[in-house]
Amino acid sequence: MTAEQIFFLLTAAVILIAALMVVTVRKLLHAALWLVLVLFGVAVLYAILQANFLAVVQLVVYIGAIAILFIFADMLTRRDLRDRPGQTRFNWWVAALLGLAIFVGLLSALLSVPNVNRTPAALPTDTDLVAALGTALVSPQGYVLPFEVASVLLLAALIGAVYLAGVNKKS
Amino acid sequence: MSFWNDPINFLADWLNGVLTGWGLPAGWATVLVYLVGITVLVVFAMVLDIGLVWVERKVVARFQDRLGPNRLGPFGLIQPFADIIKMVIKEDITPAGADKVLYNIAPVLSAASVIMLWAILPLAANIYGVDLNVGLLYVVAMGALGTLAVIMAGWASNNKYALLGAFRMVANMVAYEIPMVIVLLIPTILAGTMSVIGITEAQRDIWFALLSPLGLIIFMISAIAELGRSPFDLNEAESEIVAGFHIEYTGMKFGWFYAGELLHAFTFGGFAAILFFGGYAGFFGLEKLPAFAWLNLPLVQAFFFILKAMLGYWVIMWVKYSMPRIRIDHMLAFNWKFLVPLSLILLAATAILHKILVVLPTWQYALGMFVANIVIITATIEILRSYGRRQRLAEQRLSPQPVEN
Amino acid sequence: MQNEWLYVGLFLIIGIVVPIVPLLIARFISPRKPNPIKQSTYECGIETVGDTWVQFKAQYYIFALVFLVFDVETVFLFPWALSLNLLPLFAVLEGLLFIGILVVGLVYAWRKGMLEWV
Repeated sequence: MTAEQIFFLLTAAVILIAALMVVTVRKLLHAALWLVLVLFGVAVLYAILQANFLAVVQLVVYIGAIAILFIFADMLTRRDLRDRPGQTRFNWWVAALLGLAIFVGLLSALLSVPNVNRTPAALPTDTDLVAALGTALVSPQGYVLPFEVASVLLLAALIGAVYLAGVNKKS
Repeated sequence: MSFWNDPINFLADWLNGVLTGWGLPAGWATVLVYLVGITVLVVFAMVLDIGLVWVERKVVARFQDRLGPNRLGPFGLIQPFADIIKMVIKEDITPAGADKVLYNIAPVLSAASVIMLWAILPLAANIYGVDLNVGLLYVVAMGALGTLAVIMAGWASNNKYALLGAFRMVANMVAYEIPMVIVLLIPTILAGTMSVIGITEAQRDIWFALLSPLGLIIFMISAIAELGRSPFDLNEAESEIVAGFHIEYTGMKFGWFYAGELLHAFTFGGFAAILFFGGYAGFFGLEKLPAFAWLNLPLVQAFFFILKAMLGYWVIMWVKYSMPRIRIDHMLAFNWKFLVPLSLILLAATAILHKILVVLPTWQYALGMFVANIVIITATIEILRSYGRRQRLAEQRLSPQPVEN
Repeated sequence: MQNEWLYVGLFLIIGIVVPIVPLLIARFISPRKPNPIKQSTYECGIETVGDTWVQFKAQYYIFALVFLVFDVETVFLFPWALSLNLLPLFAVLEGLLFIGILVVGLVYAWRKGMLEWV
């Protein structure tokens, strides 16, 4: 059991427990903060895999922007600051059974892949990985088309949000 | 390597040898050595923080034409220690209805997000925590954690003023993060790397402040807004919403918000020094001369870095105590309608010019970049001036003033 | 395992422990005399009026949304900035196209009045 495996198991345990808390706590803001812990755990996983750029981007975008957006949405759409306990559906056990079935299915699919237990290949240490990512993003034989399409996608999201907010303002 | 050339590695290797000599496996010895090093660095940051409390109070006193603390110890140097003792022994009043867990986590998270910045802050060429190759984004990420702490504090206090202050502060912090991140791209382009050590090393011949003065200005404005200090401190405006999001915090918890803000300001002064003034290096090639070879010693480099960081911190304090507070809608309009487009224009100009001019020798490159910055600054001032003139003329036409003779 | 993030992880642990130490010391040596008046919510020295609820401005959400889009954009720009030294001029132009498309979005939001505070 290498140190990497121990760290992975600890992080995975934290992520799973936090994810369970997200769907079971009563106060909505607490659920948002448990989600922040899940996202932080994913960033730790990226760090264990030495994907530096993805780890910090996870923190900057997910925790710094998306989690903040969730928290704002929660606080701005309630009538008062007191939390009423959320309604639990009465057949939540059906959802739990379904979740377990999906988990078992995914696990068996994963274990049937040959060589799934091999140690990962070592990363190249001579190139700067982030610079390599950058060249891949803008070189014509790389991913330049998805790069530009991503900007159009962001533009569409922005225009959509502005339009929806404008509709609500007028009404 | 001798002690004077490489103090940290020298001590780390010695300690590692001692620990493995006692029979610890190599992995655990490394972890223990890391822990000792981290504790020393964090204690240094805390002692610096205590000193900053004294500096802040003396400087604000001088700006306001008074003396500041001068009773405890020579020049009031013992004052911060008295402040800390006072804060620790104060009663901890938790408001009724406060969310206890979040209420207690928020100041710890706020202080932790500032302390984490010291992991990548290089005091010298070989006195630093770790050289992440994504250093600049790590700085932004720690800012994101700080934003989360503010919202937690505002919400958990069960107080509408705290929540209002927290909302304003978060809206402020996230808004000014955009020009700051865009301006952080400029040293990245100029140095070709995101790592903090790499950017410092790339400034051995010339400071980036000379290559991109507008970048420095935008960075300082965004940093001051990120910190929530005056003139952007509507969130803590004493006359308006009485200390904003930390209104319900007493004793040492408030102490961590306050001390964390000062340390954050100093750390941003340090980053301004690293990104634009050469950090621990940046002697314009002077250290290559044999007479100045002592400039390569780590402790000398650390001294110059702390000096530059102090100067950055002094500029931040100067702005704080000289300018009036800005209204929240003016703050946000200034960001989204002025700083973001300006920084994007600066980024575009820097990228194009860097690509075109990088083949030229250094002084022509520097001159080209500097002139481009001056052109952008002048154009911006001219546009603002003509816009202001048009506004004034429109107002005068609506309400004619009597002409004075 | 020569992972530089180990140092950062240890730094996080110490960074959380160090602020907690004075708080624990304070908990032991500070007086604790809670009473309802002291623990009441602060509202400029008078009793609180109404429930602790306020209808907050939806404008905060719009600003957070615009921030999110621009945050993702600037994160994309970091690898682009690193590639400028390695690729010829067209890489710069591609990045500028990326920025330009999003500037169109900012102008749209500006003209629609989404960046006002009212």
